[in-house]
Amino acid sequence: MVLFEDVWLRYRQAAHPGAGSPEVLRGISFEIPEGGMRWLTGPSGAGKTSLLKLIYLSEHPARGHIEVLGTPVARVTRNQASLLRRRIGVVYQDFRLLPQLNAYDNIALPMRLAHRPETSIHADVIEIMKWVGLSHRHQALPFELSGGEQQRIAIARAVVSRPKLLIADEPTGNLDDDQAQRVMLLLTALNKLGTTVIVATHNTALIQRHPAPALRIESGRLVQDG
Amino acid sequence: MAERHRPPADFLGLRAALADRLLPLLVGAMAFLAALGIAGAQASAGLAAHWQQDAATALTIQVPTPQAQDATTTTTRLAAVLGALAATPGAEGVQQLSPAAINNLLSPWLGTDTADLGLPLPAVITAHWAGPGGVGPLRAALQKLSPGTLVDTGALWTGRVAALTASLQACAAAVLVIVALIGAAVVSVATHAGLAQRRETIVIVHELGAFDGDIAGLIAQRILRLTVTGALTGTALSLPVLAWLARLAAPFAASTLSSALLGLPAPLWAALPALPLIAALIGWGTAQLTVRGWLRTLP
Repeated sequence: MVLFEDVWLRYRQAAHPGAGSPEVLRGISFEIPEGGMRWLTGPSGAGKTSLLKLIYLSEHPARGHIEVLGTPVARVTRNQASLLRRRIGVVYQDFRLLPQLNAYDNIALPMRLAHRPETSIHADVIEIMKWVGLSHRHQALPFELSGGEQQRIAIARAVVSRPKLLIADEPTGNLDDDQAQRVMLLLTALNKLGTTVIVATHNTALIQRHPAPALRIESGRLVQDG
Repeated sequence: MAERHRPPADFLGLRAALADRLLPLLVGAMAFLAALGIAGAQASAGLAAHWQQDAATALTIQVPTPQAQDATTTTTRLAAVLGALAATPGAEGVQQLSPAAINNLLSPWLGTDTADLGLPLPAVITAHWAGPGGVGPLRAALQKLSPGTLVDTGALWTGRVAALTASLQACAAAVLVIVALIGAAVVSVATHAGLAQRRETIVIVHELGAFDGDIAGLIAQRILRLTVTGALTGTALSLPVLAWLARLAAPFAASTLSSALLGLPAPLWAALPALPLIAALIGWGTAQLTVRGWLRTLP
């Protein structure tokens, strides 16, 4: 499902494209089977977000082999990459909602980009808005929502199209305990339905409450798998 | 939540990123210049064709010692030439220049009264050639009647006018190409500015699985609307200026133009509607290329 073999990542420096920059990830190898769940842990700056970016094809590795949903990412065309991304749900650490769209339209966006008929979108959006407890805020623009509400909209957008792979970067960072618990119930429910889930977090209490194998990264190296 | 939700028409926020003022204004100015360029090219071609036709048919005949008589005839050389011209079916509008007219022509070089100088001036006859073929047989016949008679046609001027026309049309074509290139550059700069303003939104949409073609299509559609608006406005605003220029050029133009709509020739009316279409094509194509090139910088 997700396979990393000796993956290295180095960010290109816009000011000095040819100049060497330090490796963000070094020799990462792991495999997550279909329907698996993994915590991704490690201190700030260890490379957790960078690893997630490689999985949702937002970065190319400097070296190594990556397969996502059974597809070797180095060989996909741009259109194939777009189709692959549609099967991946991403909850960004900074939410990344479109500021000009209301909550409803932000959630509907992945389905509209996939050219799903509008009639089939409505029921799914309503259902997921109920799940995240924001049915009454469907017309609100992102700047009108609190941090926690924005995070729940971002989670709803990531899961609404029932992705095969769900990647969440600190999905409970802005939520109180009750909301965090509710979100984790949603993620584990999706996992039980067959979605592979990877959750990056600092929250050790959350990990203890929802035990699952963990990938731990320190200074760009994988130091724990399982 | 029960009400129907319409998908937002502008989910990339392009109305704010690609504002509807500057780009239409610049494209309108380009369309205005292009309209003038096309009108100039067509007018120069029309006038040149008119002048070429006049020059090609004009005959100037010089008869030396016009009052002399040959031993075999009783008429003067001039009378013999005039008689031959009158009997030639293709020679029309035969007219002998009066001494006053010849004086007038020569006055810059010889002063006001050439008769006082006692110079042996030739008689000059003007005519138009409307016969089949060239004037070779006529020239030979006149030289037989009056040796030394010169028959000049406007061939030299025809060639010069043709060269002038070709250079004017090349200039007009160059102007149109430059206007098109500047138009494409303006669209490219506007598109880059829009992309820079909406970078975050486009990156998110890209990462949510939008095809490059879908993103490029949305932006190109917006650019298309703006360029067509600008080109239509620029072309419409060029009409009164073109009508005014047509009025100024009326004495040189064909008489049928005065009755045409706004005094503009039919080929110009056929060409002007193409301007917004060409602007649309340039705008849409440039936006597509610019956006797709920019998207290729994303993973």
